[in-house]
Amino acid sequence: MIPKTLRRGMFLSPLLALLSGCNTVVMNPSGDIAKQEAQLIIVSVILMLLIIVPVMFLIIWFAYKYRASNKEAAYEPDWDHSTKLELVIWGAPLLIIIVLGLVTWISTHKLDPYRPLDRIAEGRPIPASAKPLVIQAVAMDWKWLFIYPEQGIATVNELVVPVDVPLRFKVSATSVMNAFYVPELAGMVYGMPGMEITLNAVQNKPVTSVGFSSNYSGAGYSDMRFGYRGVAQGDFDAWVQSAKAAGGGKLDRANYLTLEKPSIKEPVRRYAAVDDDLYYRILNRCVTDGVVCQDKMMNDDAKKAREMAVARYSPQQAATTRLAQANGEVCTTPNDSVKKK
Amino acid sequence: MHEQFDLAKLIFGRLSWEAIPYHEPILIGTFIMVALGGLVGFALLTKFKLWGYLWKEWFTSIDHKKIGIMYMVLGLVMFLRGFADALMMRAQQAFSFGDSHGFLPPHHYDQVFTAHGVIMIFFVAMPFVTGLMNYVVPLQIGARDVAFPFLNNFSFWMTTAGAILVMASLFVGEFARTGWLAFPPLSGILASPDVGVDYYIWSLQVAGVGTLLSGVNLVVTIVKMRAPGMDLMKMPVFTWTALCTNILIVMAFPILTATLAMLGLDRLFDTHFFTNELGGNAMMYVNLIWIWGHPEVYILILPAFGIYSEVVATFCNKRLFGYTSMVYATVVIMVLSYLVWLHHFFTMGSGASVNSFFGITTMIISIPTGAKIFNWLFTMYKGRIRYELPMMWTVSFMITFIIGGMTGVMLAVPSADFVLHNSLFLIAHFHNVIIGGVLFGLFAGVNYWWPKMFGFKLDRKWGVYSFWLWSIGFWVAFTPPYILGFMGVTRRMSHFDDPSIHYLFQISLVGTLMIAAGIGCLIMQIIVSIMNRKALADVTGDPWNGRTLEWSTSSPPPDYNFAFTPVVHDNDSWADMKKNGYLRPLKDFVAIHMPKNTWAGPVIPGITFLMAFGIIWHMWLLVGVTFVAMLAVAIYHTFDYKRDFYIPADEVTRTEEERTRLLEAHV
Repeated sequence: MIPKTLRRGMFLSPLLALLSGCNTVVMNPSGDIAKQEAQLIIVSVILMLLIIVPVMFLIIWFAYKYRASNKEAAYEPDWDHSTKLELVIWGAPLLIIIVLGLVTWISTHKLDPYRPLDRIAEGRPIPASAKPLVIQAVAMDWKWLFIYPEQGIATVNELVVPVDVPLRFKVSATSVMNAFYVPELAGMVYGMPGMEITLNAVQNKPVTSVGFSSNYSGAGYSDMRFGYRGVAQGDFDAWVQSAKAAGGGKLDRANYLTLEKPSIKEPVRRYAAVDDDLYYRILNRCVTDGVVCQDKMMNDDAKKAREMAVARYSPQQAATTRLAQANGEVCTTPNDSVKKK
Repeated sequence: MHEQFDLAKLIFGRLSWEAIPYHEPILIGTFIMVALGGLVGFALLTKFKLWGYLWKEWFTSIDHKKIGIMYMVLGLVMFLRGFADALMMRAQQAFSFGDSHGFLPPHHYDQVFTAHGVIMIFFVAMPFVTGLMNYVVPLQIGARDVAFPFLNNFSFWMTTAGAILVMASLFVGEFARTGWLAFPPLSGILASPDVGVDYYIWSLQVAGVGTLLSGVNLVVTIVKMRAPGMDLMKMPVFTWTALCTNILIVMAFPILTATLAMLGLDRLFDTHFFTNELGGNAMMYVNLIWIWGHPEVYILILPAFGIYSEVVATFCNKRLFGYTSMVYATVVIMVLSYLVWLHHFFTMGSGASVNSFFGITTMIISIPTGAKIFNWLFTMYKGRIRYELPMMWTVSFMITFIIGGMTGVMLAVPSADFVLHNSLFLIAHFHNVIIGGVLFGLFAGVNYWWPKMFGFKLDRKWGVYSFWLWSIGFWVAFTPPYILGFMGVTRRMSHFDDPSIHYLFQISLVGTLMIAAGIGCLIMQIIVSIMNRKALADVTGDPWNGRTLEWSTSSPPPDYNFAFTPVVHDNDSWADMKKNGYLRPLKDFVAIHMPKNTWAGPVIPGITFLMAFGIIWHMWLLVGVTFVAMLAVAIYHTFDYKRDFYIPADEVTRTEEERTRLLEAHV
């Protein structure tokens, strides 16, 4: 015999069925980092339900009980203060936020994308020998470029990773802001031109899924998706070899500049080789010939600023600096072609 | 640099026939409707000779009540536009699956979602909130007008000029395709060379001047013009929230203006504040815009909290529980709202300690907010709750808003935000707090103060329909996005490949249609009420048994609000006066000093509108001429010394005796 209250709630059961039909990948991912992030969602919800459920109940109860037509209910029009109640209504949320704040502090540091992994999965610490696999991910208009520097290959719109190997993504972009997000693997980080964010993560199960840009970036945004596969180490090596053998050519600076032109729904492409410093040049915005790399420009600017600061205190220095500037030695002038594309 | 002198370019800039979107059937249809509606309206106004009336009684009026109502009319009109955008987005996403690409190409769809955000925040929520504050605050503090009546009219017209610019982008050129905060480099000149972002920048700059000045105005009004006896801790809670909101406006809007000015310089004069090259830094824009953007959220929600506080106390026939803690909660929220901006971009690579700091400050805001909910709850406790429409909206708000608050704290945990950021979960969250918090509050406020504004109550039947359609429709529309967020679906998509999530978008569209019906009922409610205004009339001036000073005067109040400035002894001063047997003064009226109407209020913003239009289209001749004209008119206006007059004592006497007769006839 089903209790009466339960039977009343049963009209909701089709809703549950609907929900279980959904592929809620964010809550059931196959990468350890994403999994911990999902657990955090559950922990925070439970903590908050501790206070929200009683409040919900009280709202409905009071709203019903103290309706004007119910003359039985107590009525105290001048009752407007109770120190004890005030303590509870400020104190109870405070306690919950203290706990949640602690959880936040710890989890934010533990799951910081910059932090090197210390485990492959729960109960599986990383062996000392393991070296993370570095993948450079570049968001372009409107496609993804992945460079595997150690393997010396590059792909467009295809990301393949070995299972149970720590991964270290270096994420950047060419022109506008995007975000790199593979729900199966880990939370997103932004790819921004001239900037780099590191994302450490690990894939624990073989999987075929998708990744995409999760920050709106213009006309081709909806189709800025890439195939994502987690495969066993052996299959990964075989895939690398096949990419090398397939003869996709070399991604050098000239090829890159062609690839950089905006395009939508770019097909998967594999390059058998990559220029060693290509990612450095993308990040520092100096792939085009004759453009000064940003790190060099910033160094020069810093040097100039230092010399100017010194010059402020010694007049002789000032004269030399001014002379040097006049000769164009201190300040590197960037190529004008960057400014007006 | 020095191109050949080109007269046409000097006059028309980049404006050409190409800018008219005659190849877009949706826009042409809209334009024909707007043009026809405009013509009919124009003809009717002319036929009934109403132009003079509108100009004298409304457009140039410095009466805070009329300006408040005009703000709300602006908000309502823009709401219909913003909601039309919402409907188009929901319809596009419900149909654009697999081979079907829906009816909006990305070029159009991206403008629609940008315009939806910009309009709903800047030209719906802001005018509504400002309008209510404008109307109610002076009445609640026993003042006859705001501190700077001319500025008030001027602010309204600046806001309107900004709104008209946004609307103009529909038919002349296009709007931004960048999202409502226009992050560079996407909004920079390289990625968005067309006029869309310029429309965005200059409409917000023009409207921003209005918002900032009305903020200054209301802060001074509240600080300087309270009735004798009303010290700060005797102010009604709505006035308190209005004070905090306007302090936030005064402190936050200059940041927006400066940020957009820099973006405008990048676009117009090749500076490099936010570009990728030459030391520009787009992250700086993201930080700055959110340093304005987060307080902006509280600018909207605090007055709504104030409305709920007034409504709960009135309709529970009870003093507000925990007035002092309510005030402190408001002030704490105001201060904390400046310490949380980074939670909008945890995923942009700040370190763990920075992220934790901003995550935890965000959670701390939930404590005073929670205290407010409890205060309303315990006001209901041992009350006599009358379920009039404002109270119904309030209960619906409490239930809806708690869920929105919970999902907000979930997003405040940085590591959880890494998987929820930019997802439809986020979209559902902020619609949950903005619709369930701000909009429900505005509906409660409009239903509550309508009789004060117009002298008759709003129709209950249509109001109840609207209430249920909104309250249920909201959840039908926004539960699917919550679920979709957990499926890793992101915002701002114009097309989907995965057919398994199709049905969720269709459910969401059904919810949006329910909301559309709710809006229809709201409009019906207003029309029916106007038609039945005799039956719904409020002759007492106090239809709800109110507790604050605005209910002590007639509905609608006379131009001068109060024949004699009331003296305050307690918070809930009108309830206190009623309890102690307050008698309306019936004689010895004196002449009342009032400000005069202004022609400059609409004229200067009109010129500013032309100047902004010129900047957008690079019509430098127009910009030069209007700039000089604007300065000249503003200076000329300062020589206008005849800005005040006296309402003679016998006219005050006549008005008050009229009211005495009315009150006696309906005892």
